[in-house]
Order: sequence, then C-alpha cells, then structure tokens
Amino acid sequence: MKRLIVYLRDYKKECVLAPLFKLLEAAFELLVPLVMANIIDVGIANQDKGYILKMGLCLIGLALVGLASSVTAQFFAAKAAVGFSTKLRAALFGHIEDLSFTDMDQAGTSTMITRLTSDINQVQSGVNMTLRLFLRSPIIVFGAMIMAFTIDVRMAMIFVVTIPALAVVVFGIMLVTMPLYKKVQSGLDRTLGITRENLTGVRVIRAFHQEETEEKRFQESNQALTNMQMFVGKISACMNPVTYIIVNAAVMLLIYKGALKVNLGELTQGQVVAILNYMSQILVELVKLANLIILMTKAMACADRVAAVFTIGGESERQKDAGEQTGLKTDLKAGASHEELTERQTGISAGEKADEEKKLKNGSEAGEQTGSENGSFPYLCFEHVSLTYRGAGEKTLEDVSFTVDKGDTVGIIGGTGSGKTSLVNLIPGFYPVTEGRILLEGKDLREYDENAHRSRMGVVPQKAALFAGTIRSNLLWGKPDASEEELWRALELAQAKEIVEGKEGRLDAEVAQNGRNLSGGQKQRLTIARALVRDPEILILDDSASALDYATDAKLRQSLRSLEDRTTTFIVSQRASSIRHADKILVLDDGRLAGMGTHEELLRDCQVYQEIYYSQYPEERRSR
Amino acid sequence: MAKNVVSPDKKTTWKKTLHYIGKYKFMALLSLLLAAVTVALTLYIPILTGDAVDLMIDVGLVDLAGILKIVKKIGVAVILTALAQWVMNTCNNYICYHVVQDVRKDAFAKIEILPLSYLDAHAAGDVVSRVIADVDTLADGLLMGFTQLFTGVLTIGGTLVFMLIYNIPITLVVVCITPLSFLVAKFIATRTHDMFLEQSKTRGEQTALIEEMVGSQKIVRTFSREQAVKDQFGEINERLQKCSLKAIFFSSLTNPCTRFVNSIVYAGVGIFGAFFAVGGGITVGRLSCFLSYANQYTKPFNEISGVITELQNAFACAARVFALIDQEPQTPEDADAAVLEQAKGRVELEDVCFSYVPDRKLIENLNLKVRPGQRVAIVGPTGCGKTTVINLLMRFYDVDRGSISVDGTDIRHLTRGSLRTNYGMVLQETWLRGGSILDNIRMGRPEATEEEAVAAAKAAHAHSFIKRLPQGYHTVITEDGGSLSQGQKQLLCIARVMLCLPPMLILDEATSSIDTRTEMKIQNAFAKMMEGRTSFIVAHRLSTIREADIILVMKDGNIIEQGDHESLLARNGFYANLYNSQFAG
Repeated sequence: MKRLIVYLRDYKKECVLAPLFKLLEAAFELLVPLVMANIIDVGIANQDKGYILKMGLCLIGLALVGLASSVTAQFFAAKAAVGFSTKLRAALFGHIEDLSFTDMDQAGTSTMITRLTSDINQVQSGVNMTLRLFLRSPIIVFGAMIMAFTIDVRMAMIFVVTIPALAVVVFGIMLVTMPLYKKVQSGLDRTLGITRENLTGVRVIRAFHQEETEEKRFQESNQALTNMQMFVGKISACMNPVTYIIVNAAVMLLIYKGALKVNLGELTQGQVVAILNYMSQILVELVKLANLIILMTKAMACADRVAAVFTIGGESERQKDAGEQTGLKTDLKAGASHEELTERQTGISAGEKADEEKKLKNGSEAGEQTGSENGSFPYLCFEHVSLTYRGAGEKTLEDVSFTVDKGDTVGIIGGTGSGKTSLVNLIPGFYPVTEGRILLEGKDLREYDENAHRSRMGVVPQKAALFAGTIRSNLLWGKPDASEEELWRALELAQAKEIVEGKEGRLDAEVAQNGRNLSGGQKQRLTIARALVRDPEILILDDSASALDYATDAKLRQSLRSLEDRTTTFIVSQRASSIRHADKILVLDDGRLAGMGTHEELLRDCQVYQEIYYSQYPEERRSR
Repeated sequence: MAKNVVSPDKKTTWKKTLHYIGKYKFMALLSLLLAAVTVALTLYIPILTGDAVDLMIDVGLVDLAGILKIVKKIGVAVILTALAQWVMNTCNNYICYHVVQDVRKDAFAKIEILPLSYLDAHAAGDVVSRVIADVDTLADGLLMGFTQLFTGVLTIGGTLVFMLIYNIPITLVVVCITPLSFLVAKFIATRTHDMFLEQSKTRGEQTALIEEMVGSQKIVRTFSREQAVKDQFGEINERLQKCSLKAIFFSSLTNPCTRFVNSIVYAGVGIFGAFFAVGGGITVGRLSCFLSYANQYTKPFNEISGVITELQNAFACAARVFALIDQEPQTPEDADAAVLEQAKGRVELEDVCFSYVPDRKLIENLNLKVRPGQRVAIVGPTGCGKTTVINLLMRFYDVDRGSISVDGTDIRHLTRGSLRTNYGMVLQETWLRGGSILDNIRMGRPEATEEEAVAAAKAAHAHSFIKRLPQGYHTVITEDGGSLSQGQKQLLCIARVMLCLPPMLILDEATSSIDTRTEMKIQNAFAKMMEGRTSFIVAHRLSTIREADIILVMKDGNIIEQGDHESLLARNGFYANLYNSQFAG
C-alpha cells in the first residue's frame, strides 16, 4: 500500500481539501441537535413562534451549507481518486511492459490483466470512499462526544466509555472475520477451478467415465464453501445486534442520569434530547464506518496485489548488475589479452576488423575456432553458455559453445524441451545467460544497449501474435518509418504478398484483436514480414513455419536465402526439411549440444540427428 | 454481461428463485417474522425514549420511578431486538448460502450431462462465470434483499403507522417532503447514465488494449515498442480519467443531495413540531420521537433503491444460471442399457450420417467394418471430419442416421460409461487437471498403485522428465499444466491411457506436439499397446500411420479411398498425392 501512495502525491491539495470539506459538513451536522435543543428549551418553553421559525430557517441554512461543502468534498475526492488510479494504471502498465522475459514468465498474463483492470478499480473506489468517509465518521463520532462535553461533562463520560467499547466490537469482529473471508474466497476459487476443469476437460472426464467422481468432488468443495460462509456469517451477524445493545445501554444510562440532572436543574429537557440525538448519530455513523472498513479491506487487498506487481522486476535489475560483474569476471578469467580488451572497448572498429578478417578468410573453413585462439572475431560466438531459468532446478542449457559467421543460416533442431527456443532467446538478450558469455562482433551482449541491440534483430516467435489495427500498423512495428516499398518487399519475402493483396483495403485492411480474423498460416507469414521490414542483421525464426504447408515453407526458405549476405538467420524447427540446407545445424538434446555441422556431416556422425532425420524420412534409412 | 441472454423472462426467473427458496420455507417465514419483530421494536424504542423525556419536565418535576420503569422496558426491548436481529441474520445467511449451494449443485450436475454439442458451442469461461460469478451475484442480491428489503419496507410502513397515530399534520409534512429525495436520486441517475456508459466504453477499450499488450508483452519487448504502447495506453487512460471523473463525481452527488432532503425533512418536523408543541398539540418527548423517525424514515428509501438495482442485477445473473440449468441434457440412457464389459473390439459403422449444423452436411453414409485387433488410420485435410468420427465412436455426439455398433450391439443401447471406458483416448488437445502428476496418470484408474503408474509413465517415455521435476511424481501442476511443455503434457496423457489399457484405442493426433524422435520411441510403445487392440488413429503426419491395417482417406465427410499404405500408394490417388507432398522438402 505504501508503495502506491506516491501516486497520490500530485493530489495532495485534493487529499487535504476533500476531508476538510467533509469535516465542515460534519461540523454543521453536529450543530443540528444543538439548534433543536434551543428550539425546545427556548422556543417551545417561551412559546416564541418567531424564535422557532428563526431557528428552523437556521436548520435549513445548516443543511444548505452542509450540502455545499459536501458537494465540494465529493468533487475533490473524486478528482484525487480518479487521478490516482489513472497515474497508477499508467505506471503499472508501463512497469509490466518493461518487465524482462524472466519476470514475465513469473508474473503470468491473466493475473496481470485483472490487476490492471478490476483491482485498480477497486483501489480507486477505496481511495474515493476513504477520502469521503474515513475522516467523516470519526469526526462525527468524536464530534458528538465533544458536543456532549459542551452540554454536560458527567453525561459526556458515558460517551467516553461507549465509544471505545463500540470500537472494540466493530474492529474485533472485523479482525476475526477478515482472514475468514479470505478463506471463503479461496474456497470459491477451488469451486471455480473444479467447474472450469470439468468444462475444459469434458472429453477426458467422460472418456474415463469420471462424471460421478467429479460431482462428488464438486459437491464436497461446494459444501465446504457453504459451511465456511455460514460460519463467517454467524460471526459477522453479531455486529449489528451487539453495537445496538451497547448504544442503547448508553441511551438508557443517559436517560436515567439525565432525568436525575433535570430534577436537580443541572440540565434542561432540550439538552437531554440533544445528548440522545448525538448518541443516535454515533450509531448511524458506526454502520457506515463498518461498511467503509469492509470496502477498505477489499481495496487494501487489491492494492497489495497491485503493489506486488511493482516488486516483480526489481530483483532482475539487481541480477543484471550482478550479471555485469560476473561478466567482467569471466572476461578476466578467460585470460583475455590486454590487446583484446582494448579492441573490445572500441566495439565498432573491432567489428569492422572482424568483418575484414572474415573476408580474407572467406572460402577457407572459418568459424570453428573461437576468436581468442587466433585473434579474430567470429560474428556471433557462444562461449560455454548455460541457462537456468529463475526458480528452476535444472539447467535448461548447459555448456553450449559455437560460433556463427555473418550471413550464415543456422538451423537448430532437437526434441521437445531440448532447449531450442531458450537458445535463440538468448541472442536478443531476452534472458541473461547464467554462465558463460555470448559475444556479438566480439563484444559481450551485456555491454550492448538493450534497445539498440534488439533493433538489429528480427524475431518471429512461435506464437504468431498480431495486434488490433491495420496490416500496415502491424508491419510498422518492425520499423516505424518504413516506406511503402519496404513494406511490400518484406511481404513478398515472407510469402505474404497475396494475403494482403486479397484483402480489401490491402495494407490498410483491418486486423482484429490478436489477429483473430486471420488464419494461423496468414498470421505466421505476417509476423515474418513484420520482422523482415526492419531488414534485420539477425533473423530468428522460432518454429515460425509450423502452420505453413510444406510448399509455402519451402518457398519461404528459398526467398530468405536471398538475404544471405546481409542477414544471419536462425531457424528453429522440428522438421528436418526446414533446416537441412542450413550452413550449420545445431542439434540439441536435453539442453546440451549433441552435434554441430552440415546436414551431411551430421547424418554421418551424429546419432541424435540421424534418429530425428530418419524418423521423418524412413525411406532413406531403408535405402541406405 | 447479460448481452447473450435470450430475454430473461423476469417472472419465470422469480418463480425459479422462489422455488429454490421454497426448500427453506420455514426459515424464510421465521426470517420475515423476526424482521417484523425487529422493526416494531426498533420503532417502539424512540417512543419509549420520548415518553421518558416527557417525564422530565423541569427541576423537581421529574418522575424518577416512571423513568426507571421506562428504562427497564427499553432494556428488554433492546435485548429482544438484538436477539431477533441475530437470529434473523443467521436465517438469512442460511437461506442464501444454501440456495446458492443448491443452484451450483444443479448447475454442475447439468454440466456433467450436457451434450457435448452445447459445451463445444459455449466458451468455458462463459459457463464458469455463470456457475461462479453469476451465482455469487445472486447470493449477494438475495442476502441484501432479505436483510434490507423486508426491514426497509416494514420500517417505512411501521414509521408511517406510528407517526399517523401520534400526529397527522407532522406526518403529512414528512410524507410530502420525502419523495423529493426520490426525485433527486432519479434525476441524478438518469443524468449520469450516459456518463457511466461512456466510462464503461472507454474502460472496455482500455481492457482490450491491456489484454493484447500484456498478453503479447514479449513481442512488445522484442520490437522495443514499449514506449509507443505506453503512449497509446496513456491516451486512452487520459480519456478514461476525464469521463471517470465526471461519472464518479456526478453519481456521488446522490448521497449529499438525499442527505440534504433528509435535513429539510428534519427541519420541517422541527419547525412544525415546535409550532404544535407551542399550541400544546404535542409533547416535547413525542417531538424528539418524531425527529428520530424523521431520520429513520428516509433512510430505508435510499436503501431500497439500492437493493432494487442489486436485485435486478441478481435476477439478470440468475436468469443466466437458470438458462444453463434448463438446458436440454443429452439423450438419457435406456433403462435396460447393456453394460459393455471387456469388448472384443469389433466395430461397425453402418450408413452413418452426421452433421453439427443441420444445413451443413458433414458425414454421409459412412460404412466401415473393423475386425477385433485391427488398426484403422484416418487421414485427410483439415476439416474433413476426422475428429468427428472420433466424436461419434466415443458417443460424444449421436449419429443422425445409421448406426455404430461394438461387438454387434448398437452403442445407443450401451451405457455411455461402459462404452467409453472400453476406449483409451489420447487427444491432440492435452488436458491435465490441477493436482499431482500421479493423480493425473491415475485418473482413469484411481486405485492403481504408484508402481503401476510409474511403469505406465516409463512406457510413455514420460518417466525421465517427471523424475526431474521438483517433487517427481508428486509435483503438483496447475490445470493448464503450468511449466510443462505441450509435448510433455501429451506424454502424460499417453501415460494416463497406458495405465488403463482398455481394449480399444483412439489416438487423435496423439503425438502432434512431440518431437519425431521421441515419437518414434512412443510409437513402439503404442505398437505394443495396440497389439490385439482395435485402434483408431488420426494423424497429420503420414509417417505415423503407415503401419495401419486400414487407412481411411477422408475428404469432405466422405471416405474417398480405403486400403493399406501400399495399395493406396499404388492407386496413385488422393492419398499418394498427400503423401508425396509431405516429403517434397
């Protein structure tokens, strides 16, 4: 909660003014019984109709002033609350968009969405109500007590005892029930979970003939929920009766003591009525306060959920720092020569140098040796890279080393869960390596500016996601200032030209949210085009052709080959056909590099590759 | 929310709700009675207080004994009120929560017997929200209705009666001014309606953006579009701020305004009451009683209007739940439906016709005879009806015409449960339930030992990844499988079937997410499993179905070719074409 208060900072004025005007309203309200007492004691006692009318108008005046200050208070409260939630929402959204991949894995999409929407709305109404009522209720309660003091000190002592007693009851019941309500909520979640399971898994459940077991399971959780609700209900049902008893006990005492005092002439009849009025005002306010507290606890719970999101990611910043340090250490450990370090610092020139050197070596098998051995830099170099996802016990990638030359096409193949996607995700720096390092043009990835680095990459993720807008607006994600020709060129390369040409409005054809109005294959080709618009230095296709038929897939690979001199391409696939023509194929098995080389080499030497290949081309095995 | 409800008939919704409450008739009557008692007593207490005030006129003129008597009366009344209140509240809780429990139970029971056609056509989220959120709203509405509607109405009526008894003119003042508060509330509500509409529209727009951009946050990051997206969000956010402020401010005027009307009522009672008192028409004590009535009288009006909106909302939600409960269930089983024990595996389809939508024919005159132990593969382009055949075999859907029989008995004369347990099914859509890995594997045979489950997992090549999970077989996974990959989930589904080993198998794209190498290994396990078992295999990859005894090539709901791999290739038809296109890399 504390974390969120900063977003109220710009509304300091409103946060002060809203309760202040509420206070005014409360003060005017507190004057009402006094005026009434005067009407009784002076007006009625003296039979003075003029006085009664005057006081009556005074009551109406008080009501008017009360209305005015209350309206003002509502305005400031609304302004502060809405402003607060607007700022909070923007900040939270910004924070989520800035989360690293690791953090996002942890966060979970659907809960982020509820936190951004309904949770913040709850917090907003919590803030609004708090500003409006939280001061008002105590003011009325204590104000009533103070007013009682001005009438008679001894009588007011009854208030002094009653108020804490009421507070103990109200807060006591709240404290007891609050954790119970949380339990009710989790009971409801469980019931919800079972219901959803039975819908999403209906085929499996019916196939295994588990309907009766499921009904029993649901009924158990349903019953448990009801029992819990009843239990909480019984406790919270005490609130009203108990407070009612306390207040009325006080009223009884007031009547009796008041009668004694009237008898002695220490109080007038009208004053007793006024004191009784104050007591009933307290009762009314208490009910409001109790409701407010429920609302506030809800809002607080939501605020906690929102604040929790802000704590995600703080950790990764630290990790990044730590990562930089270890990165530096590995630099030293690797025994990099002084000369190399200076070269690395002048990043660009080193890159150019590497390019030159590569040109010289063109033709002669370059690349297998790492830069430190012969003083030159391969374009991209993985050095003993390992990756452990946060919270995971096992390494996802272990000791992976390889080099890639500029313009090469690299195929990555391996079984389910062998780490193919993890490997390519390291190249744009989506995840930091846990051990080892990755060098691009001889410079550690961690030394690059993240955004500048990513702008050189074209990434086509496994899940083809497009955004509401037009085809053009989606393609412009790749390069905001791309020209018409650039867009068409990318579409052509991605075999997506005919999709766009077939649409009404062509580039300006509408794309629905998440690209729902496009087929899987169309979406995939458009996401490829989006990555190609920026004419990337490194293109990563993560199983991006899975929804394409074999013919389109082949055409796509054909056209990508035309980019060879400028673009280094990584293709992740399960289809051997997609990668067999790559300059270099990396075979992953359980996070380790099981083989590396061209198709022919691997088919000769690498058992894992053979198994994969022949599982898809059994004829060839037979023919061998 | 209520958009897709077919105009909820309010009357029937009422009736149905009352029907559910009817089970707790006694409780409801008790609650009503207690409400009446509570209201009467709470109204009586101000009168007693007023009487007491009238007994303390001035110095020396105080009837202490009388006052003590009154105070005692108040004490008894208060304790009775508190008791009645508590019992009433508990009754109300009891009724509401049990009604809700009953409604949920019925809704869930209906889900278990709804035809697949309904469930396939309705998003799971929608049905879940009916069973959970809508029922919850119903509970809230009922509870509020019970606690506040009765007491509110009774309070208003009671107050009127009491006031009329004591002083008619002052009562008239109260009765005349109070409607003002209604008018004000109504005026504000109609004025703010459009503002709220605008607000929810803007909110919807923002939520859509949030869903997209948070859902695809990684892509946003990949293209470094964070700032652009934030700007887009900021623009909507600003608009939302403006219309939210308007809506919230103007709607929040209701309270001050009605309170103002209350104050006017109070002032009116004060002035008129005092005038009467001067004329001796009313005592001071009565006047104080009237004043507290004036406070009490207007409050229920505000409450009731709140309750009514809440109730309307509750009934709209209830209508959605009842619509689910009233759905036509699947065709009930014959009373004498046979139980299929261990099937031999002779499956025959005779002139089967089926379509999901009446005017779009899908499967027509499908004939097929499968001998026990045969392997049947079904291939064909997307949408040709492969999965539909599986739906019919499992009797997830009933055939429109023709018949399907197992071991010579029409499956419509068999119990669904026994038919389905004779099939082991692995689908492309992997589904795991929240729970431990072990529970998931044992789903079809809860009584299996852990050793048996491990053996099944080994057969499905799932053992190696399971044992690497933090708690091995006891690792608890979430409903969507959590961190498990699609392939791993599929392996678990296979292990699940391996444990049951039913006499017939259905594999619908069972290995689509598993890499080819693991698939090969699983194929061996499958092959072992399929030995002597009738099996139906749907596959995309033709390499996985080469070994089948019968290959059905489907197109547009018809079987266009039938035979084994070699003969089909030799025929050089659709199948050969399909097969060759796959390997033209």
